[in-house]
Amino acid sequence: MKSLALYFHFISLRVRAQMAYRSSFILEFVGQASVSVIDFFMIAILFAHFEQLGDWQLWEVGLLYGIIGICFAFAEMVARGFDTFQNLVVRGMFDNMLIRPLGTFYQVLAHEFQLRRVGKLSQALLIFLIANSHLDISWRLNELVYLLLTLIGGTCFFVGLFVLGAASCFWTVQSIEIINIFTHGGIFMGSYPFDIYQRWFRHFFTFIIPLACVNYFPSLFLLDKVEAVGVSAFGVQFAPFVGMLFLSVAMLFWKRGVLHYQSTGN
Amino acid sequence: MDTVIEVRGLSKTFKIYHHRKGFFGSFANLFSRKHRVVQAVHQVTFTIKRGEIVGYLGPNGAGKSTTIKMLTGILVPSDGSVTVNGYTPHRQRKQNAQRIGVVFGQRTHLWFDLPVQESFELLRRIYRIPRAQYHQNVERFDELLNLGDFFQVPVRQLSLGQRMRADIAAALLHNPDILFLDEPTIGLDVLAKSRIRQFIQQINAERQVTVVLTTHDLDDVEKLCKRVLLIDDARLLFDGELIALRQLLSRERILRVDYAEVYPDINIPGARIVYQEGTHVQYRFFSEQISTAALIQAILRKFKIVDISVQEPEIEELIKTVYEDNLILSRSSHPS
Repeated sequence: MKSLALYFHFISLRVRAQMAYRSSFILEFVGQASVSVIDFFMIAILFAHFEQLGDWQLWEVGLLYGIIGICFAFAEMVARGFDTFQNLVVRGMFDNMLIRPLGTFYQVLAHEFQLRRVGKLSQALLIFLIANSHLDISWRLNELVYLLLTLIGGTCFFVGLFVLGAASCFWTVQSIEIINIFTHGGIFMGSYPFDIYQRWFRHFFTFIIPLACVNYFPSLFLLDKVEAVGVSAFGVQFAPFVGMLFLSVAMLFWKRGVLHYQSTGN
Repeated sequence: MDTVIEVRGLSKTFKIYHHRKGFFGSFANLFSRKHRVVQAVHQVTFTIKRGEIVGYLGPNGAGKSTTIKMLTGILVPSDGSVTVNGYTPHRQRKQNAQRIGVVFGQRTHLWFDLPVQESFELLRRIYRIPRAQYHQNVERFDELLNLGDFFQVPVRQLSLGQRMRADIAAALLHNPDILFLDEPTIGLDVLAKSRIRQFIQQINAERQVTVVLTTHDLDDVEKLCKRVLLIDDARLLFDGELIALRQLLSRERILRVDYAEVYPDINIPGARIVYQEGTHVQYRFFSEQISTAALIQAILRKFKIVDISVQEPEIEELIKTVYEDNLILSRSSHPS
């Protein structure tokens, strides 16, 4: 409990520091929101020409887009410290974390909290709600719990990606840009239904980097497409937990990585 | 007295990886293991007892900081063992951290954007310091270091001397048994240096805090430490009482003088001329035989000068003397 209270104390300090520069905060907030609106606008233009993508209608794709957008915005809000971890190493701040009687994962998480991501988050949420109003999903307790787990699992997946990228710094010092393929590239790919992609590609993003578990499988479940597409019903039920599993694996890498930490010369 | 730090055959090697640039380069970096090995610390052995102030002395890049980083749990040793307060720092990092204080001279361990007071409050929560102890400590450190002058100022706006005072006080808030100071006086002026040194002495006397301090400043060692560990090129050269290095530390000084004109006889008793070119003359002298002040007075009585300066010998010279006088620690019979 004490460490949770301390976490919120760290976060409140961060948020206060960000609010100190109010105009820059508001600009970034608006920028964050409008960039993602433009993103979805592109998809909508596509649909103006093709009407449907495989078996998917525009607002069904809107659901895909909304879910992955919410998860990514959440992940960026809470775990940006891992995304910019290389800076912590270069500036020697990770040394400071290692001399404290607190876990390193905890401290990097508590190091950064980006309130301005609420801009992106609210926009993704808006698309999700509009999509939902055009769709005919019967929201019972079952679906609501499933959605909640999906959002948590998806956020865990992206946090896991950030953690993997950060952990790679322990071996290479230089953060690997490859992680960005899976984060920003992942958002792009995940905004379209996975059944339009090649088989090997689908498998890679299901079993190796489980991006499809973030929004594609959950959307199949919510839109009642599981049988039509012909994927395992159990797998789809299990999808929200894959992201959490992915994060656990990433944390193991992190733990091993810390022992390889080389610090920086003074 | 009991042993608080025990180091046996401690070594650290770094692998420096070769990096390729660009997108495909970074991809290739994932698979290639092209690197060179750098030996930062080699087979270092020593023990430190409670309440000691030990100077860990050596030139830049000798391996001082790397040793400290292994003692504090930042780095994992490549070989050998470290025990601090009975803990293995990298395995029991958090328990160890609770009982040590660490200060790096090169950069603050406080939060850059926060005022000193808020950094302190944050540390109170991180180390779970009881309020009474916290307030008692802040009060005492304020008495000794005048923290009040800049207690509300963000750390990034502090002068180097203020920052160092804040850093050291912050590292002591949780009443650690051991204080590690990595170059605590680097970049400070004479006054700030002596203030920091006095504080370290006071705290050591009041609280029996063991102090391990790395430095390449011989003055730090002379003023603070009874015992010295001398490290050069990753290896421990000397471990023993400062007195054993006394003659070496008595140090010949160099006096540089620019005279207003060329004088026929510029010999000064107690100093010998080692270099002369026109009006520029260099003397060497031992401070036991003639004080710097007396020497300068003697010169001023006889001659007109344009400029005068005294140069303290550097640590590199001390190390050279250690090598020459064969004081090097042999593994079979090291003093302690």
